[in-house]
Amino acid sequence: MDWWVIAIAAFAVSAIIPQKPLFAFLAGFFALFFLWTLMASYIDVKNKHLLSTKIAEILFKNPSHWLIMMATGLVGALVGGFAALTASFLRKNQA
Amino acid sequence: MRILPFLISAIITGALVYCFNTRFGPAPAFGKFLSPQHGFWQNAEPSLVNFNEQLSFKQLNGNASVYLDERLIPHITADNDADAYFIQGYLHAKFRLWQMEFSTMAAEGRVSEIVGDKAINFDREQRRIGMRYAAENMLKEMEANEFTKLAADQYTAGVNAYIENLSESDLPIEYKLLGYKPEKWANIKIALFIKQMTKTLAYSADDLANTALKNVFTDEQMQMLFPETQDSLSPIIPPGTIFEKPVFEPVAPANADSLYLQKRDSSLKMAFLDQPSRDNGSNNWAVSGSKTKSGAPILCNDPHLDLTLPAIWYEIQMTTNTMNAYGVSFPGIPGVVIGFNDSIAFGFTNAGRDVRDFYEIQFKDDTKKEYWFNNEWQETKLRVEEIKVKGKPSVFDTVAYTIFGPVTYDASFSNPLTGGKSIATRWIAHFPSNELLMWHYLDRAKNYDDYYNALQYFTVPSQNMVFASKQGDIAIRQQGHFPLRWNRQGVYVMPGTDSSYLWQGMIPLTAIPASVNPERGFVSSANQRPVDATYPYYIPGGYDVYRGLEINRKLSQMYNITPQDMMRLQGDNFNPFAEVVVKLMKKYTDVSKLSASEKKYYELVANWNLMNDVNSKAATVFQLWYDKLELNVWEDEFTKKDSNLYLLPNDYTLADAITKDSAFSFIDNINTPQTETVNDLFITSLKEAIPEIEKAEAEQKLEWGYYKNTTVYHMLRTSLMPFAKTGLMIGGGKHIVNATQHSHGPSWRMIVQLTEETEAYVVYPGGQSGNPGSKYYSNFIDTWAKGDYYRAWIMKRGETDHPKLKWTIQFKKA
Repeated sequence: MDWWVIAIAAFAVSAIIPQKPLFAFLAGFFALFFLWTLMASYIDVKNKHLLSTKIAEILFKNPSHWLIMMATGLVGALVGGFAALTASFLRKNQA
Repeated sequence: MRILPFLISAIITGALVYCFNTRFGPAPAFGKFLSPQHGFWQNAEPSLVNFNEQLSFKQLNGNASVYLDERLIPHITADNDADAYFIQGYLHAKFRLWQMEFSTMAAEGRVSEIVGDKAINFDREQRRIGMRYAAENMLKEMEANEFTKLAADQYTAGVNAYIENLSESDLPIEYKLLGYKPEKWANIKIALFIKQMTKTLAYSADDLANTALKNVFTDEQMQMLFPETQDSLSPIIPPGTIFEKPVFEPVAPANADSLYLQKRDSSLKMAFLDQPSRDNGSNNWAVSGSKTKSGAPILCNDPHLDLTLPAIWYEIQMTTNTMNAYGVSFPGIPGVVIGFNDSIAFGFTNAGRDVRDFYEIQFKDDTKKEYWFNNEWQETKLRVEEIKVKGKPSVFDTVAYTIFGPVTYDASFSNPLTGGKSIATRWIAHFPSNELLMWHYLDRAKNYDDYYNALQYFTVPSQNMVFASKQGDIAIRQQGHFPLRWNRQGVYVMPGTDSSYLWQGMIPLTAIPASVNPERGFVSSANQRPVDATYPYYIPGGYDVYRGLEINRKLSQMYNITPQDMMRLQGDNFNPFAEVVVKLMKKYTDVSKLSASEKKYYELVANWNLMNDVNSKAATVFQLWYDKLELNVWEDEFTKKDSNLYLLPNDYTLADAITKDSAFSFIDNINTPQTETVNDLFITSLKEAIPEIEKAEAEQKLEWGYYKNTTVYHMLRTSLMPFAKTGLMIGGGKHIVNATQHSHGPSWRMIVQLTEETEAYVVYPGGQSGNPGSKYYSNFIDTWAKGDYYRAWIMKRGETDHPKLKWTIQFKKA
């Protein structure tokens, strides 16, 4: 499975559970943000930040594992948020 | 459904996925790279990683086990050689896949495929010196022998077994960063790896620069500036050894004087040229039981190479029904390369002999289809090279092969040293040979005769192969195939229009420098010239003087030697070059002409204990002072015709010349009206060095360890600095037994005492894992920098409950 299945998953969840667009976006955004940062944190703690700090330095010239964690969360969150938002427009405007 | 917002939002989502899935410039695709389940996070190995595993493969003949100890050294226990080589291939791939593939792709000139068009020139050169051609010639030999065919086939099958089961998320991180995937391994890559080592160790020769320098100097001057041998030489073969007269003496062509030795070509210019490091060297020695405390021989080796991560070595023990070998292997080839078994130990240093010459070719026309040879037009073989380039169309290059070898330089591949001329490369590495076969026999050797027989299969890169056995023998032999040369043959580019300048044969293997159980009780080598001037063959090469001198001086004074004494010798920071030069500095520097601050630095050097220890400020001042002095002696003459400086005489030549003759003519700066004296030289050089010395002091970098800043770079050098280890506090340097320079030095240190129970101490600047996300990536480096060693745990069969044992990988026949 490719990494972008998160877009399909967020779209599907949002399609099944009716929400207003703003809520759908926020739900998708934060769901993926927390999913990815938690998964990464789990790996990072077990790795004692050995690799995350090096990668942060390569990508951002700053050896901060928080920085790379936030970047990871944000990438997932943006894709998840917009995928969920897209699905929320499948329904008629309820207002 | 709200069509418009839906569409806009869908497009944004799609665009985000597309952007995060695409590489822009050198940056990785962020979605793929940051995804916790796919990207770099998957390379972040838990610090409590568990390597236990059960694997089954139909390629295996039986069951086998790999026992991993606390340092992640695998101890392969197999019933037969085939399974052991399969497993070695599997382990190399599991821990070092990216490194072994990258180095073999670089060997055949395929770096542009990975990094794009910036590597095209590198790739073209690799193809134009015939790297793949050399590997193909080796492959034929390798596959024609039953032992090496088995080793290669099984090794390759093992690498591929790993690659086939490799998911994208498990790819080594370099693949993820650079955005490509491994291809299938093949036997040719084993040959390519060996050829790349051959290029590193036996390609560099200064023929082009020497030829250009003839615009400035006569051949007689060149002989003085780049002498064949040195007075202080302490050769590998003890002086006084009687050499047999050659059966056949090569003869120089009648026209050699006019067409070769004295020929000047004003179209050539001096320039820098990328060459393998001339610092590639090493130390090895073995002392006989008469000199050791235990009464058993001790063998030591520390090969000096570029220090890289992942490390070039992978430590391993291989036990089968035919061998029990321990030592280091090269990820990329089967077998144990430097190490020991139950009966013997062996190690290598580079011979540094010149086994590559250049010939100037006259093509009939630009098609390169014919060249003038022995009074007629001969056909070349054209080899069309396709260089694939990442993100761009392929580049095609046609390489013409002549009787001499591939035409490396021509109008389309030129530099100031070649001036557009067509120049063919004749290189021993192109000749068919099967170096793997030597290791097959060496890993299983039981005594001196086995060692001697094994060595005959080794052609290139020629090495000083040191040996010691539990039977009490010690030996050293400079093994390789060496062209039989007439005096001065191959120092300059030779005419390639007839056969008279071809090599007239090889030095007979019976005349190869060797020493067995010498009276002095030790054998040693440190890249010096192997023999004194009485050796009846002309053997040019790039030789060091000082390390060999110092090692022999120390070894001859040592008795009751223990392995700990040997550790101290390998880590010895005494600078024998400075010993000579500081005397001159003291003799010729007029202290009354120095200011107070200059005098302070002078005093540091004058009172120096000559040790390049990490905290020595004098070592740094000496180096900066000498660097200026070296330029002041040579720069004016060597840049007479051109502003570029290419090749300078070696340090020994300079120190020796001034020691013997304070009026040495090169001391004068020819660009000034007055005549500089030796006193002017020393004081001017010191004064010129002062700004740099003061700058280093202001930056708190005057202490040698900080100034040298020993660094183990990632193989991709400065582009991945977070994967490097910098600022290592380790002393030593050039000309010093502890040969650690900024990023070059002892890539493996080994001390083996051949008592009944073998006692081995080992360390290398790296770690067993090639993964920067593993704590086993660089965990040996601090031990190495401190000058400490690990006692090698040599596993005995069945010793499966030993406390050093951490994990087991079971290999089962499917």
